[in-house]
Amino acid sequence: MWKYFCKKTIQLVIVMILISFFSFAIIYFAPGDISMMYISQEMTEEQKANVMAELGLDKSMLEQYAAWAVRALHGDLGVSLSNKASVLPQIVKRLPSTMLLMGCSFLLSLILAIPLGLWSGYHKNTWIDNLISSVTYMGMSIPSFWFGMLLIILFSGILHILPSSGMHTVGDNSILDTAKHMIMPCITLSIGNLAVYIRYIRANTIGQLSEEYVLTAEAKGTSKVKILKNHVLKNTLLPIITLVGMNLASLVCGSFIIESVFGWPGIGSFAMEAIGKRDYPIIMAYVMMSGLILVIGNFIADILYAIADPRIKRGGADSGT
Amino acid sequence: MEREMTVVITEESFQPLERKQKELPPAVMHSVWHDIRRELLSNKVALVSLILLLIIMIGALLAPLSPYDPYALDSSQKLQGISAAHWFGTDEFGRDYFTRVLYGGRVSLTVGFLSMLVTVTLGTAIGVFSGYAGGRVDALLMRFTDIFLALPSMLLMVILNTFLQPGLFTLVAVLSLFSWASVARITRAETMSLKERDFVTATKNLGASGLLIAVKHIIPNTLGPVIVAASLSVANAILMESSLSYLGLGVQIPLASWGSMLQGAQSHILDHPLLAVFPGLMILITVLSFNLLGDVLRNALEPKIVK
Repeated sequence: MWKYFCKKTIQLVIVMILISFFSFAIIYFAPGDISMMYISQEMTEEQKANVMAELGLDKSMLEQYAAWAVRALHGDLGVSLSNKASVLPQIVKRLPSTMLLMGCSFLLSLILAIPLGLWSGYHKNTWIDNLISSVTYMGMSIPSFWFGMLLIILFSGILHILPSSGMHTVGDNSILDTAKHMIMPCITLSIGNLAVYIRYIRANTIGQLSEEYVLTAEAKGTSKVKILKNHVLKNTLLPIITLVGMNLASLVCGSFIIESVFGWPGIGSFAMEAIGKRDYPIIMAYVMMSGLILVIGNFIADILYAIADPRIKRGGADSGT
Repeated sequence: MEREMTVVITEESFQPLERKQKELPPAVMHSVWHDIRRELLSNKVALVSLILLLIIMIGALLAPLSPYDPYALDSSQKLQGISAAHWFGTDEFGRDYFTRVLYGGRVSLTVGFLSMLVTVTLGTAIGVFSGYAGGRVDALLMRFTDIFLALPSMLLMVILNTFLQPGLFTLVAVLSLFSWASVARITRAETMSLKERDFVTATKNLGASGLLIAVKHIIPNTLGPVIVAASLSVANAILMESSLSYLGLGVQIPLASWGSMLQGAQSHILDHPLLAVFPGLMILITVLSFNLLGDVLRNALEPKIVK
């Protein structure tokens, strides 16, 4: 277990370095450099060179990266090009609402997927299974932002029961109000993952039901519900942990688009605005933030999987990288 | 009293056992295409998907037959509802929306098919090379593939698109760059098992070069899984393209794809919701059909899968 943990930690560090390098590359290759903000036309060549040296722009890419990394570790991610404010506080301010949205949608998709997947797999090839399967196909094929638009049309445009954008009604800070604003983005963000989870759990359930322990349980006279709940569920949930780790990416990328559709004030819609304005420091900070969320999420999933599956602890099975 | 038991074995005790000539099915060379055709014609879901796709493709091909110009602005006609003259109504610039949807289909389908071609070609080349070469080259290439599989592709695509000049070919290049990896994984696995087969050994002993074996013997045999991957890849590319275009990072005006039409419809979502419904519906139907076709073909070509 300890060895596995170390291996995963080393991997985590390597990937984080890669992410930071990639983020730095965004700034480095961005058209027009930071010096433009400091250099004016009236300056002499010498003054310009001085400014460049002060900003460290005359050094090699690697040296610049090192200097940037040290500053980033101290929480200095540069200054936004559009509003001249420091980037990090702006990102940190919006992070909680993104995390809230992602967390709720993740829980929603998991809570719905487990019973639906089990049920569908248990009643393989009946009408209920076919119904659930067709819905999952739709979920996989629908562009999530369009699904969000449809929800807005239905619930805000026609029925007028849910607000179409934002997180709060002005002057109303109650939890209920936020919850009401969150229903549609949350459903929209879950739909893709929900479909993937259901399909996976269904396939797993079908596989597990043909195992002999199910036959034994049936022979003992265990009821169907108990077999599903006590035996099959546990075995289907194990691989789900890895799946969740892998699908974090779609959650992060999804929130990026969905936040823009619903005007959710998180880091996704913030980054979207920044992309429109070509505000590279903010884009960089966003990539780093989502990269971190992704990598740390994956790391937690790996560790949880190792705790849940004793075969990995022994180091016998190599889970791959 | 003892009775003698005598067993007389006569000629009649034996029954001649006639060897039944079992009717063996004639061995027919089944090409992959034969299997595909049979499956597509016998499976209702596949047939419906195929017909829907054909209708959409023919519609997109015949788009110039429409009496309306998809780019001409006409402010007197703007935002009209559904009528006999304008089947889907008109958009905020007075352009016939049905014609726009057809032309949008051209762009979306072109992007889908082109990036599928690039994805499949690149993926197959890398996968077959990696699987056939084996050893260190294989290990290195597969590590590389794994990294590409794990990347949050959507995010990187968005960022790449902010640097590159947006347009149709950028879109195809970026989409393919982030989707070849799964095809490479599949073809590599196939190649690994194929290269141990007797017919490959025989060809090798006859003096065929590695390239010849790969092109003439291995690639044709990986065709099944590659076709499945191709179908799913078109679906994926169209879906991704619509997201990117919706964010304004896809094809540029006046060209429009279904995704960029949705971007335009966003601002009229509450007063003219139909503008948002049609292009999205087209995306859904197309992507769903390709996904279903891919799955049906997978079941047909890979008998291992539990149905």
